[in-house]
Amino acid sequence: MQVSFQLNGEPVEVDIEPRMHLADCLREMLRLTGTHLGCEHGACGACTVIVDGAAVRSCLILAVQAEGSSVVTVEGLSSEEALTPLQAAFRKHHALQCGFCTPGMLTTAHALLTEEPDADADRIRSALSGNLCRCTGYIPIVEAVLEARAAYRKSDKP
Amino acid sequence: MIGTNRYIGSPVERIEDLRFLRGRGEFVGDLRRDGMLHAAILRSPIAHGRIRRLDAAAGRALPGVHAVITATEIGAVPRIPLRLLPLPGTERFLQPVIAADRVRYVGEPIAVVLAASAALAEDGVGAIALDIDELPPVADRRASGRDGILLFEESGTNLAMQFTATLGDADAAFRDAPYVRRERFQTQRYTALPMESRGVLAEWDAGRVRMTVLGAAKVPFFNRDTLAAMLGLAPADVDLIENDVGGGFGARGEFYPEDFLIPFAARHIGRPVRWIEDRREHLTAMNHARQADCEVEIACRRDGTILGLRGEVFVDLGAYVRTNGLIQPRTLAQFFSGPYRVPNIRITSMALLTNKTPSGTYRAPGRYEASFFCERLIELAAGDLEIDSAEMRRRNLIAAAEMPYKLARLEPGGPAADTECDSGDYREALERCLAEFGWVDKRTLQGRLINGRYHGIAVACFIEGSGAGPKETARLELEPDGTVAVYVGSAAVGQGLETVMAQIAADTLGIPLDQVRVLHGSTLYLQEGYGAFASRSTVLGGSAVFEGAKVLLEKIRTAAAARLGEAAADVELVDGRARTSDGRSLSLSELAADGLRVDTAFANNNRLTYSYGSAAAHVAVDPGTGHVDLLDFLVVEDVGRIVNPLTLHGQAIGGIVQGLGGAFMENLVYDGNGQLLAGNLADYLIPTASDFPRIRAIALENHPSTSDPLGVKGAGEGAIIPVGGLMANAVANALASFGAMPNQLPLSPARVWQMGPMEGQTSP
Repeated sequence: MQVSFQLNGEPVEVDIEPRMHLADCLREMLRLTGTHLGCEHGACGACTVIVDGAAVRSCLILAVQAEGSSVVTVEGLSSEEALTPLQAAFRKHHALQCGFCTPGMLTTAHALLTEEPDADADRIRSALSGNLCRCTGYIPIVEAVLEARAAYRKSDKP
Repeated sequence: MIGTNRYIGSPVERIEDLRFLRGRGEFVGDLRRDGMLHAAILRSPIAHGRIRRLDAAAGRALPGVHAVITATEIGAVPRIPLRLLPLPGTERFLQPVIAADRVRYVGEPIAVVLAASAALAEDGVGAIALDIDELPPVADRRASGRDGILLFEESGTNLAMQFTATLGDADAAFRDAPYVRRERFQTQRYTALPMESRGVLAEWDAGRVRMTVLGAAKVPFFNRDTLAAMLGLAPADVDLIENDVGGGFGARGEFYPEDFLIPFAARHIGRPVRWIEDRREHLTAMNHARQADCEVEIACRRDGTILGLRGEVFVDLGAYVRTNGLIQPRTLAQFFSGPYRVPNIRITSMALLTNKTPSGTYRAPGRYEASFFCERLIELAAGDLEIDSAEMRRRNLIAAAEMPYKLARLEPGGPAADTECDSGDYREALERCLAEFGWVDKRTLQGRLINGRYHGIAVACFIEGSGAGPKETARLELEPDGTVAVYVGSAAVGQGLETVMAQIAADTLGIPLDQVRVLHGSTLYLQEGYGAFASRSTVLGGSAVFEGAKVLLEKIRTAAAARLGEAAADVELVDGRARTSDGRSLSLSELAADGLRVDTAFANNNRLTYSYGSAAAHVAVDPGTGHVDLLDFLVVEDVGRIVNPLTLHGQAIGGIVQGLGGAFMENLVYDGNGQLLAGNLADYLIPTASDFPRIRAIALENHPSTSDPLGVKGAGEGAIIPVGGLMANAVANALASFGAMPNQLPLSPARVWQMGPMEGQTSP
């Protein structure tokens, strides 16, 4: 069946099986492989994308549920070659090692800071606690998100 | 260094990050090929049994299903060889790549379905008719040791291997000792759980007789040779290619059944085949780890001097001996004593087969378990002898003057029967740890009830043997664009290999970091290579790059000197150009036309490096819930020489949090029928961002290794080692007034609650 939505600011239309979840649709049909699948049962958060402003596990919603929505993936966080302040803070603080959970961490943190640019460390930890990382021990991720807050305060769109 | 750069020792931001942060990493699941089919695997739902009927007709008949492969299609079913410690006798217990008539664990592959999509392949799996006559399962190592039910009848035993580590005369030491204590301890079964599950994409080119396998990791060269032998091909006709790898930790990249099944399927069907493991199958298919228990005793003088350690360790190995399955039982025996001077040792370690997923190495294999056992014993002895925990360890650490210090001899041990701690001042790291932690002040909190929680502190010491041989390879080549391509036999599993190798090459050559390109983990680049295990990449791979870069530098100087009419000694590399003292210069791209290239290898003759350190922790235990709050955790580790403090710190913190997962939550629970009860990430818990926010790591480089030219020691597996023992001792000290004996991991809330006053329980 046909489903159409906004993906990283561009309209897309795709023909899918009704049982296909959004992550498979993004990865296999639309070839945006930055969204990763770590568990396919909503526990790890690697597949987190932003749907109409909210962080959503793309393995837990069907692609058809995205009809008419605006979906942002990790590929859509930065349009030009430069890293966003959030991405740069991740690099500076060594907030990623293998990089597999990173897209979900970035989308979750971006959704959080867009809504709550003054989130404190506890709030950030709480918001990220649905995203599993096996490499970093999370401490550098929290440091990176704390540092990136400044960029979200300055303007509406970092 | 030779050049004027100072990349080594600087917190260089990682090269890898630029692609990962933009979603441009390339993991095996991101790859596809024209005409590619998807594989799904039917796995045994029964722990132990005989296959009575396997009928794939209904699966084959489904639209979209192209083939179903079983043992029948494979014919002579290959068995997976041991990569490490291939000792005589182990050949009896190797895993066949597919079950033909007997299944020995839940999750064992029985059939492979190839279909147009992963979903259709899974539909095909569901349509296969499978009947298994159940046999009584061997549910744990005690049942295994009785040999009543055998996994391999023809062998006559479930004991896959037995190791003994010996030093001095343990029986004499115990006979004469004024203090002896015997205890039992147990670590649970858990797993590395990298966030990316495994995957294989295989392409067969019948015309060129060429097999290409993507998704390799850790040891692509060994696995190439293994796969080639199984497929009846020459190693030169098989390529294994490493893509971005979402975490390894020892478990990923070993040769698993699927590493044969998917390439076989691609050749069988004549089309590319991709298989991506889902998380549920990952938990039964990927190596498990850590499950061991022991009955051990310690002998001391009244002043706390340790006289001896002896006892027996039992490893619940699972159903087969996999590629590196003997490393854990080996290490448990040989490294039981850790960094301590124990003159008399006899530890026997038995690897026992059970009807569970086979186990293998996971970050600090055997060392984590041994440290838990040994640190608990030492803590109990210190308590009995009324000696401060830190003082007890201070007295027994191997002293700097005793280096190199020979550890217990292992039988059977192969090339690693003897090993010695190479260098260092273990006490220096302990004192630094105690000072930074504030041991003397915090000691006053020991066992105290403050605001409803019991406080406890503990300290532990560790050594990390690393840099296992035999060698590593590298090739450095000056490219037409003026960059230096560095091909390494090492493998990347997410640890920042590209950055660290580039730092070493750039410093040695005296060129900017962005003029170095690191290429790794592919059999396309080099004839041979060894890979990423035993914290060896920087030690051996880094040394190979260093030695190769020195030779390439001389070649560049000589070539430039010839063109400029100068002596080679008068040419320097400055800012990426070859310059003479009188100011003339050539770009490296001009010199590339001379075909400057170096092939090199670095061997250490199995001389391990030993990094070492101490860790201290402060916990508060809630007696009402059994929750343990980690208030402070500090590790001090001397790694010989720091290449990148940023990535090193990341390894320490990340390792500690993995260790905390094992200490408090992770548990692959099986029932008596051999069914895994923790088969998804809702039941199998790992640490989250909220669990352990207060961890500190300090790295020292006071005592460089004497085993390699850079002075580096392995650093990825050190900080995890003491975590289990440290947490158990801190909880024991917090709940000392209740006689708490946390001798079994994990320290789950229920278990901790039961060791305390059991608040909230209705009184009898």
